[in-house]
Amino acid sequence: MMSTGPMRTALPATSFRVGGEILPGTKSRVNPLESELILRVLRGQHEAFRELVRPCERAVFMATQAILRNEADAEDAAQEAILKAFTNLAKFRGDSKFSTWLVLIATNEALMKLRKERRQKLHDSLDDGRKDEKGNYVPRDFADWRAIPSEALQTEELRQALSRALASLTPKHREVLVLRDVQNFTIEETAKVGIGKSAVKTRLLRARLQMRDALAPGMDGSWSTGRREYKQVRPW
Amino acid sequence: MVMEISCEEVWREVSNYLDDEITPELRARMLEHFKGCKHCTAVLEGTRNVVQLVGDAKAFLLPAGFSDRLYQKLDRKLSEDGRL
Repeated sequence: MMSTGPMRTALPATSFRVGGEILPGTKSRVNPLESELILRVLRGQHEAFRELVRPCERAVFMATQAILRNEADAEDAAQEAILKAFTNLAKFRGDSKFSTWLVLIATNEALMKLRKERRQKLHDSLDDGRKDEKGNYVPRDFADWRAIPSEALQTEELRQALSRALASLTPKHREVLVLRDVQNFTIEETAKVGIGKSAVKTRLLRARLQMRDALAPGMDGSWSTGRREYKQVRPW
Repeated sequence: MVMEISCEEVWREVSNYLDDEITPELRARMLEHFKGCKHCTAVLEGTRNVVQLVGDAKAFLLPAGFSDRLYQKLDRKLSEDGRL
């Protein structure tokens, strides 16, 4: 079922143009292989769609998982987003990478699903008491730590901690962090979800600082050493 | 000689600092601040580490069978639409 919401459309309007042709003077951001695959799909060679989507599968799932926080719902939303991309491929006008367009569709799909199922919960508890008088987020942990190496991501424990930290963010903060830091969108691309660049930066700051605070206990070395016990390296 | 900056101002800009979305003048003031403030340096380095970790492909894995189920669903849709 394709769902619609009152506040968003399922498809990022900024990336569309009837006929899918690039506007004169607009530089296409689609690489030649993607262009070829898109043309093949539009000509009826539907099997080419798999080839087009396969490199984006993880990014699409991440976009929906980060917002919905439930693997089954996220997979459902990811599938719906990919089906919508297929149905609307002729409208893709190539002013962004295909993966960017697809991830934005997935993000919108997940947000609409979240609203529809009335599962949007405010996670303001983390914010409370951590704002200064002007409402700015104040870091709560100032301990220095050893940087967590990427190898530590092989441990289920750290991956779960990252997921929990992500889940602690409000949907609007999570959305921005996922697009910018997980999907590696630019600030401008992230703003295509329908907010201004300034709002992207403000939300990103809050999201990153909260993520850091949420992961801070393990940053004392336990993620790196693999030891279960909490290693106290703080000077107090 | 660069103008001093408070810890609160540094926290407000730490994300923009990582994204290189600040002026050279503000960058210089923040750099000077980091030299003498361990707390703000910890905030900066921890935030940088978080950004690097969540962007790593190993951080979030696809569920087993995701691709198979996706393309089965796509094939079903194509069949329903009479395109196969």
